[in-house]
Amino acid sequence: MEWETVIGLEIHAQLATRSKIFSGSSTAYGAPPNTQANLVDLGYPGVLPVLNGAAVRMAVKFGLATGASIARRSIFARKNYFYPDLPKGYQISQYERPVVEEGTLDIVLEDGSRKTIGITRAHLEEDAGKSLHEGLKGMSGIDLNRAGTPLLEIVSEPDMRSAKEAVAYMKKIHTLVRYLEICDGNMQEGSFRCDANVSVRPMGTQKLGTRAELKNLNSFRFVEKAINHEVERQIEILEGGGTVVQETRLYDSDRNETRSMRSKEEANDYRYFPDPDLLPLAIEESLIAEVRSTLPELPDEKATRFVREHGLSDYDAGVLTASRELAGYYESVVKALGGEPKLAANWVMGELSGALNRDGLEIGASRLSAAGLAGLLLRIQDSTISGKIAKEVFEAMWSEGKEADAIIEARGLRQITDAGAIERAIEAVMTANPSQLADYRAGKDKLFGFFVGQVMKATQGKANPAQLNELLKEKLKP
Amino acid sequence: MHRLTIAQLSAALRRREFSSVELTRALLARIARLNGPLNAFLTITEETALAAARRADEALQSGRGGPLTGIPIAHKDIFCTDGIRTTCGSRILDNFVAPYDATVVERLHAAGAVLLGKTNMDEFAMGSSNETSYYGPVCNPWDLKRVPGGSSGGSAAAVAARLAPAATGTDTGGSIRQPAALTGITGVKPTYGRVSRYGMIAFASSLDQAGVLARSAEDAALLLQVMAGFDPRDSTSVDEPVPDYHAALDAPLKGLRIGLLREFFDAGLDAGAAKLIHSALDVLRAQGAVTTEVSLPSLPLSVPTYYVVAPAECSSNLSRFDGVRFGYRCENPHDLMDLYKRSRGEGFGAEVKRRIMTGTYVLSAGYYDAYYLKAQKVRQLISDDFRHAFEQVDVVIGPTAPTPAFEIGAKVDDPITMYLNDIYTIGANLAGIPALSVPCGFVSGLPVGLQIMGPVFSEARLLKTAHWYQKETEWHRSVPKGYE
Amino acid sequence: MNLTRKDVENIAHLARLAISEQELETYVTNLSKIVTFVAQLNAADTSKVEPMAHPLSSQTQRLRPDEVTERDQRERFQKNAPQVEAGLYLVPKVIE
Repeated sequence: MEWETVIGLEIHAQLATRSKIFSGSSTAYGAPPNTQANLVDLGYPGVLPVLNGAAVRMAVKFGLATGASIARRSIFARKNYFYPDLPKGYQISQYERPVVEEGTLDIVLEDGSRKTIGITRAHLEEDAGKSLHEGLKGMSGIDLNRAGTPLLEIVSEPDMRSAKEAVAYMKKIHTLVRYLEICDGNMQEGSFRCDANVSVRPMGTQKLGTRAELKNLNSFRFVEKAINHEVERQIEILEGGGTVVQETRLYDSDRNETRSMRSKEEANDYRYFPDPDLLPLAIEESLIAEVRSTLPELPDEKATRFVREHGLSDYDAGVLTASRELAGYYESVVKALGGEPKLAANWVMGELSGALNRDGLEIGASRLSAAGLAGLLLRIQDSTISGKIAKEVFEAMWSEGKEADAIIEARGLRQITDAGAIERAIEAVMTANPSQLADYRAGKDKLFGFFVGQVMKATQGKANPAQLNELLKEKLKP
Repeated sequence: MHRLTIAQLSAALRRREFSSVELTRALLARIARLNGPLNAFLTITEETALAAARRADEALQSGRGGPLTGIPIAHKDIFCTDGIRTTCGSRILDNFVAPYDATVVERLHAAGAVLLGKTNMDEFAMGSSNETSYYGPVCNPWDLKRVPGGSSGGSAAAVAARLAPAATGTDTGGSIRQPAALTGITGVKPTYGRVSRYGMIAFASSLDQAGVLARSAEDAALLLQVMAGFDPRDSTSVDEPVPDYHAALDAPLKGLRIGLLREFFDAGLDAGAAKLIHSALDVLRAQGAVTTEVSLPSLPLSVPTYYVVAPAECSSNLSRFDGVRFGYRCENPHDLMDLYKRSRGEGFGAEVKRRIMTGTYVLSAGYYDAYYLKAQKVRQLISDDFRHAFEQVDVVIGPTAPTPAFEIGAKVDDPITMYLNDIYTIGANLAGIPALSVPCGFVSGLPVGLQIMGPVFSEARLLKTAHWYQKETEWHRSVPKGYE
Repeated sequence: MNLTRKDVENIAHLARLAISEQELETYVTNLSKIVTFVAQLNAADTSKVEPMAHPLSSQTQRLRPDEVTERDQRERFQKNAPQVEAGLYLVPKVIE
């Protein structure tokens, strides 16, 4: 039996506003418990919500960036349920008329193919607080600092057919919200959260299988693993003649398994109704136009431009546009170099990204500025140093914070381009290795590399490789 | 002093006939003496009152201050008052000290009013007799065996008994107007959105409005002036300029088109009350008003509509009372579910629980369309009916309550009987229009109220009509025996 | 329309209200009366109207500028709390 996986993702992106969606409390992360929770956030008797305009603009921005329709009139609704981190006993969300509907997002898969994923809706809602369970003598402690932070809940169509597609979509949304500067995408801090709805059905059938909702997926890796695990679990059940239960399951990254969340399993009747404390949100053309004028060049547009103007491959363009900052860095390097985008691309994706990853840094905290990297690449371009030496210089620049030229000077790394000097080095090596010379001349072509290596060693790697090759070929001729 | 109107008190204070401190002390003494059997006050704020009175006297001495400077008032215990116990008539807030002032409280305070105390009310404003309060019923000063009406029963009784010249109240289905009618005073419910709801503990958010109980339209106008106006903290507050209500009182009445609501003069109305209403209309006609009959055909459905919408909204509004961050928490909860259920089960009274459950039911899956959505559509019909009526007439007049004050305990058993007390008042809340009640006579020694309703933001017109009526009649000057 | 005991129990559970056995009967009776009473609404012809969520028909939601206007007042607000420790509101342990 061949099975088809059907996946839909619900992403909660915390919007990067300064204040909360319905109150003037700060949204800053990490404050001591309940120091950023005012009467409105605490759900005190008599308080009322007032909507933050920036949250609305950010939602509209997202809608425009995904080609979605923006509701001219959208409604806030109460989602009623009891939980200690939900102070009012209801969450202000949107139900029937969300602010954004029917958008799309293109993803590029590993094999290079493109797929369009539908975005059913994106709506505004308030976040709940947090519960802490450790060290409180059998009690739970509630911190409401986070309660009231604006969220954009982005719901996809069940268009994804594999965990990889799901991750590609999630990464694309992650990139997009950061491009738009509406969310910082910090998954460790919980500003970007993902739930996955996963079901399977026999290949070729139309009817959707029963789905499970996977929660607590806070990294791209976990999303992939959790989905794969869940698919296997469901297939096993179905092939064994059982039925899949519609439920919420929590992903346990330590055990790489999903567990049923029994406590949330009771069918929750949320009794949605329009919130009478808020009026319908009217979004005028003027606001939409204003937001549209703030749209940056979007990742896809930028990647297409890199392909067209810089001749990069789709894949490389995709990697470089994964974040606006990285793309900006790359473009600065290209500009400073006055050309050679491929060189810039290779180094940004290669050495630079490697160093950033190793040190756990974002591009914004790079120890090497774009100008600095360009300075290094210029020296490759003008043959001052070889590509190989450049790597050494790079590492030195990264750890010492110095300019390329300074390091090249200080360590005497200039490439040897004087033909005479190279010839003398070659001759010395040839003299020192008579048997290899004889073997080479007898036909063992492979030994060419040996001679290259020896000359490089003798010149501390500074011989210009191209010249070396040419001269060596000449000199080794019988 | 307790017999003077606010305008008279203000003039006297300015003339230094007596000080605000003296006036306040006199009223506090009166409250101490007379409140017991009435149970109108839940909290008496003696120190706060005297401090405010002293400040008012200072302002008056230096020639500052306005019409309310130094005037003692009471607040219904539904308004949050900073540092002062605010119970909403409920055990669940028995120990609750509000950490902030409601906008209404702030504004009246800023205008120099002196807070005497917080008045008793039906629990969470749910009731028409002030019998559901955790703190015991309020008694009608006209007959202590009878109810004062509700839910603003405490405020009404306090004003009727001359314990305070005026008091704030709230009106969701008639909770200002009906007690005003039953206690022989003037009660005003403004247009929805006219007065800020910030700090007013919510019952039914799309129906609640803060208003005034006073002894005359003139006094009510003085308070409303200060209370009304846009508040950025309330998204349902309307940014509409506030007219000078006092100046508008003496505008001519001639030509006022009065609509008599056919659906109001029905079998449910007490015959004696009906007669009084007709006499009142004669008085207004003599002033130059003209009357015609109007019909609001959907109005008979207003009570069932209300009893779907209001409970639905309140069931959600009251979810925040969960024993976690404030208010009553049950003893030794053994788990979270127990904490919720017992704190709420023990903290709320029967009527509140009944309405929460009704509300939960009508919003629940499978019933939402049939009840809640349907009720909201009927609400639109009722609102449209009013709008059409106001195309032909300037105000609509009728009775406020179907009967005068009934005996305490007479109606508690059957919820429906109690709900029908609101039959004449509910329509105005559903449509969001302003309405007031003025005393228009007595039936068997008990006060009867005349209700005047108008289109949105016509408070000035309503107050003017009431004022003209009160210039020609003496009903509003009657004082219950023992409270002269 | 009559509600059953089970109906009332479910509603009380959704609303997190503890009700005793004796109270249950009364609630069943009273709630049934109320539901029957409000069913009158079915008689109305509402085919041509939209539901009215608000009396303020023409008004739309005001937008607030994105400014932090609140400061830490935790101590003041927690004066009313039944149980607090280290600035956290305490409840019986929540099992996730």
